[in-house]
Amino acid sequence: MFGVALKMLFRDRAKYAMLVCGLAFCSLLMTQQTSVFCGLMMWTTATIRNIGAPVWVMDAKVEQVNEVIPMRRIEVERVRSVPGVQWAVPLYLGIEQARLGDGSFQNIQLTGLDTGTLVGRPMKITAGRIEDLRLPDAVIIDQVGVEKFRSRGITLEVGTTFEINDKAARVVAICQSSRSFLGQPYVFTTYDRAMEYAKPQRKQLSFVLAEPQPGVSPEELVSRINLLRGVRAHTADALFWDTIWWYIRNTGIPISFGTVVILGVIVGIAIAGQTFYLFIYDNLRYLAALKAMGARMTTLTAMVLLQAFSVGFIGYGLGVGLTAWFGNAVLAKGQPPFFMPWQVPVFVAVVIVFICSFSAVIGLIKVARLEPAVVFK
Amino acid sequence: MSAAPVETAVRVNGVVKSYGRGETRTLALKGASLEARFGELLMIVGPSGCGKTTLLSVICGTLDVDEGAIEVFGHDLAGMSTGAITKFRGENVGFIFQQFNLIPTLTAVENASVPLLLRGEPTRRAEARAAAVLGHMGLGGRERSYPRELSGGQQQRVAISRALVHEPRLIICDEPTASLDAATGQRTMELLKESALRPDRCVIVVTHDSRIFHFADRIAEMEDGRVVGVHLPKDFHHV
Ligand SMILES: Nc1ncnc2c1ncn2[C@@H]1O[C@H](COP(=O)(O)OP(=O)(O)O)[C@@H](O)[C@H]1O
Ligand SMILES: [Mg+2]
Repeated sequence: MFGVALKMLFRDRAKYAMLVCGLAFCSLLMTQQTSVFCGLMMWTTATIRNIGAPVWVMDAKVEQVNEVIPMRRIEVERVRSVPGVQWAVPLYLGIEQARLGDGSFQNIQLTGLDTGTLVGRPMKITAGRIEDLRLPDAVIIDQVGVEKFRSRGITLEVGTTFEINDKAARVVAICQSSRSFLGQPYVFTTYDRAMEYAKPQRKQLSFVLAEPQPGVSPEELVSRINLLRGVRAHTADALFWDTIWWYIRNTGIPISFGTVVILGVIVGIAIAGQTFYLFIYDNLRYLAALKAMGARMTTLTAMVLLQAFSVGFIGYGLGVGLTAWFGNAVLAKGQPPFFMPWQVPVFVAVVIVFICSFSAVIGLIKVARLEPAVVFK
Repeated sequence: MSAAPVETAVRVNGVVKSYGRGETRTLALKGASLEARFGELLMIVGPSGCGKTTLLSVICGTLDVDEGAIEVFGHDLAGMSTGAITKFRGENVGFIFQQFNLIPTLTAVENASVPLLLRGEPTRRAEARAAAVLGHMGLGGRERSYPRELSGGQQQRVAISRALVHEPRLIICDEPTASLDAATGQRTMELLKESALRPDRCVIVVTHDSRIFHFADRIAEMEDGRVVGVHLPKDFHHV
């Protein structure tokens, strides 16, 4: 009878199309919106990935990675004195102004790496040499910056010079990096040179990066560093989630995306639920005939469930597939806020299963109440 | 008259059946009794609203009775669970409805194979069997047609095929000619009588179409929820 159930569904072209389109649209909306949300959240944590240190130490009042409360340089030494620290180095992070050859300005994310070790240096260099960062005025700029400048008609290459806060900077290498939330290009230089570029301040240290000695876990090191007064340590992972939760709590991003997702669920339930109800309603006299001809309720239930979940499966596949395809297409062109971890399709699948179950139950209530005697009417 | 063995297939004894409760309660059957024999085509006739359809429904177990007993092939329906009755119906009863009730999204052969599929037979075998029955009904070549592509008479022949495909022992027909024109109705009844009637089978036809009365072996006359008489067609002069 499963063949009969599927024929009844697929050959009812109009309702079948409506059901699949409704569920596909709903899946697409939810997948796309959650992926964009995840993409934005990834943007907010770009610095953590671009630097890539296991333990981050910051002013105790700092809540997330994009917020900088400068500390005294001495904090590096204090962290180094904690038992179990393999190394600890300073990191400077600041938004500075770059002036381009044509006189226009561009905000950049200036990143000052420990001059001796260059800990936190970019991993993927696409042009030039990382070692040249120790040459005078040397900086490394990321691909995001190259694109930004190119869109203004300026070609940035190894050897190009520009100014950061009126001081000369010379590109010695170009790197790949994760895009930041506001899209400022990452410009890497040494910590000492970053101090020269940055506006003079009493305290200038943004973060201390550290690594535990072999045998000490990052979590263990974090709890040891947290015994120091005035600073707080996080593993990279904990800082990642703190940052994301900070944006969820303190911005309208989750509300606006959540609203669209809920809208998707409602649209899905409304279209799919209603169309499926109509589909069952139209077939009621035939289902009653089947009941009269000896179809048991379990058979009819299985048929209705098969119908509901078939359209659910196809609609889901279309919706998620289209989103993934669209996502890959735009990701190939740059770094849009689009990130689809496996949890997104799973979440959408759960919602679709819910919608299909809801629709099937509504249909099944009708079928269960059906007196087989109505066939004689 | 056919020389069918006189053996009872269906026995209805003093059945009372009401619909609804309280103010809106309607007594549809008020102590109806009836016997249908193997090898006969029994017609149940009577004015609209006298309880014919209700009587059919209780005979095939799609409705419970309030009082009285129904026995089909020696099984007392009152003593059977809903599930058992459903299974019993699937195996022993073939249905022909006034509105045909063919599933519009299934072809003739798919519709006719449904009773076999409900029994769990594989699709290929069920459809081969259904195609054979359709051929016997003069529908060879129309197996792949959808109901909407067929005339009323052809649709009813698909319905007869569906009712017979699993070789049930009881065929139940409610107003089988009411949706057909006179000539088609006559031909449908001829076909039904010729193909459905067998010594080991009982065909019950509810109708108020006097033009088909002569197809009956016996005619049970109903009035106001009761069977008021059983006649031979030659003796039955409907007013
Ligand atoms: N489902 C129902 N609910 C309430 N009353 C019904 C229902 N079905 C039939 N009746 C009533 O029961 C009586 C007998 O109906 P029915 O068996 O359909 O008669 P017939 O088939 O002879 O026209 C009628 O008065 C009808 O109105
Ligand atoms: Mg009737």
